[in-house]
Amino acid sequence: MKIRGIAQAIAEGIRQEMERNDRIVVLGEDVTYWGAVFGFTMGLFEKFGRRRVIDTPITEQTFMGIAVGAAAAGLHPVVSLMFVDFLGAGFDQMFNHMAKNYYMSGGQFPMPVTVITAIGGGYGDSAQHSQVLYGLFAHLPGFKVVIPSTPYDAKGLTIKALRDNNPVVIFGHKLLTGLPFLPFEGIEEEVPDEPYEIDFGKAAVRREGSDLTIIATALMVHRSLKAAEMLQKEGISAEVIDLRTLVPLDEETIVKSAKKTGRVLIVDEDYMSYGMTGEVAFRIQAKALSNLKVPIARLAVPDVPIPFSEPLESAVIPSVNSIYNEAKKLVH
Amino acid sequence: MIIKPEPSPKDLSFFIENAGLKPSDLLNMYKKMVTIRYFEESIKKVYHEGKNPFNMAAGIIRGEMHLSIGQEAVAVGSLYNARDEDAVISTHRPHHHAIAKGVDLKALAAEIFGKATGLCKGKGGHMHLFDRTKNFACSGIVGASFPQAAGAAFAFKYLGKDNVAFAFAGEGAANHGTFAETLNIASAWELPLIIIIEDNKYADSTPKSLVMSTTFHYQRGLAYNVPSYLVDGMDVIDVYSVVKKAAERARKGFGPTLIEALTYRYVGHFEGDGEEYRTKEEVEFWSAVDPIRRLENRLLKLNYADNDILAKLREEARREVQEAINFAMNSPYPDPSEAFRGVFA
Repeated sequence: MKIRGIAQAIAEGIRQEMERNDRIVVLGEDVTYWGAVFGFTMGLFEKFGRRRVIDTPITEQTFMGIAVGAAAAGLHPVVSLMFVDFLGAGFDQMFNHMAKNYYMSGGQFPMPVTVITAIGGGYGDSAQHSQVLYGLFAHLPGFKVVIPSTPYDAKGLTIKALRDNNPVVIFGHKLLTGLPFLPFEGIEEEVPDEPYEIDFGKAAVRREGSDLTIIATALMVHRSLKAAEMLQKEGISAEVIDLRTLVPLDEETIVKSAKKTGRVLIVDEDYMSYGMTGEVAFRIQAKALSNLKVPIARLAVPDVPIPFSEPLESAVIPSVNSIYNEAKKLVH
Repeated sequence: MIIKPEPSPKDLSFFIENAGLKPSDLLNMYKKMVTIRYFEESIKKVYHEGKNPFNMAAGIIRGEMHLSIGQEAVAVGSLYNARDEDAVISTHRPHHHAIAKGVDLKALAAEIFGKATGLCKGKGGHMHLFDRTKNFACSGIVGASFPQAAGAAFAFKYLGKDNVAFAFAGEGAANHGTFAETLNIASAWELPLIIIIEDNKYADSTPKSLVMSTTFHYQRGLAYNVPSYLVDGMDVIDVYSVVKKAAERARKGFGPTLIEALTYRYVGHFEGDGEEYRTKEEVEFWSAVDPIRRLENRLLKLNYADNDILAKLREEARREVQEAINFAMNSPYPDPSEAFRGVFA
């Protein structure tokens, strides 16, 4: 089946797993009529009804806690956190309980919870509705952090999450959803009808190259691929790696590529400081320092809240042009 | 502030009969309450060893220690209605709930001592006790128990089980947003949830009266269409009777209940607490209604037991507690490598 964008692919993955496993329930704000606003639960209410697809009141702290308690009692809740920006309102239950109860209980209470949330800016939704924030989750032990960028990956990673006994947070970028009311920078592709899994901790090499490595996630993968095409026209061969999961992180693939090209640019739509770019750069230098021809470069949101006005927003979120320019600097 | 006066023997017999309690039940409750009291007193003693001058990191038991001495009737009266599969989510003050739920005393003590034989292999400690076999969990975060118990209740309902989930919290936690949010959802979804607020008058050091807009939390439950009751938390029979009706309703699908139990902790919020926020007179006043002595007097008055029988029960409890403490003392510490295991299932 051809699927445009990640939203329908995620919903398709959830639907197939719900058919297989009747302990999966979907909870959150507007998960029925609106399919969790960004489409990640579209069609599930029509298929499974209100017993299994349940609108909650606007109570992030409490519905995250309900997921913790329900998981401890044998269910596998899929929880929609509408925008990742709202995590502040529910964070205690996530980071003090969902992420820790398995460890703190000495292995007695697994927490099979899948949280699906929307990330990213680029459409003028300003500072409280445009963040990425997956670095916060990756920083806290206990969460698996999943960031699909294509429909094929979105379905396979979602199914994998729903078969995992741990809390997994799936970050769906809004500009990759394929919904008509948002700009679309993702792809439409053929996705197998039957269920399939994509392993966590395996990065995808989206484009092979020899002169430099660009490492990215989500929307930045697609922008990096466009930048790589521009670089190709100037005879620069860029390899583009899509991390797909931050936890677990595929260190092997990124180190291998860094050794091959000797030049690395890390592109991130999350904030720069103490974020994914720093972590990935550290891992590469620790294992491939002698292969690096130039210092590792990074491009990320420069530690400012995402502004509203179009020229301001464009100035802080990495663009195809800014990726192209940074990459070019590495080579020349 | 004691809501109900001590009843006459005739009235008391009526209450007991009405609650469906047999003399053997009351003796069981007595034994449980005494076990909790001895356990906590023993923990208190060991905790302070090697801590003069006071230092939380020193001594055999590390970290903070929150004891529930005085609150035994709430835990035992409530959880005498619980089955093993019923879920209990407790708080940072969890020992009395754990023991009342039937958590193994030895593994409980060993966890508090940070030993490999503890409930959680030494990874949880006193504020994070988990026992899957008894469906017992707790959290050191104030207000966290409400939604988690609601989640367990949701799972029971979804799976078609007639189990109940109990959320315990202090009167301070009931000012947290999760309390209101959970009451609303539990009521709207008719969840088999029983929320028990242990009002011991102080949120850490802050008197309830300084920070609450209403006198009682149960009044807030009524606003969400949740049947809500005020009980005498120093009277195990009163607590038991009200929770019993709540549990029966919940198991039949009639939704949640909120119960506020007036009680008192005879010790500070944490061990080492200077207790400058309350008067000696107040502590003495509440000591006069010690829930254990109260039950003891009743058992004697009703001829359910004589002094010998009670002494025997106390002796048994004391021995079990001592065995648990010895077990914890003599257990090995976990291997440091254990710290790196078990982040993911």
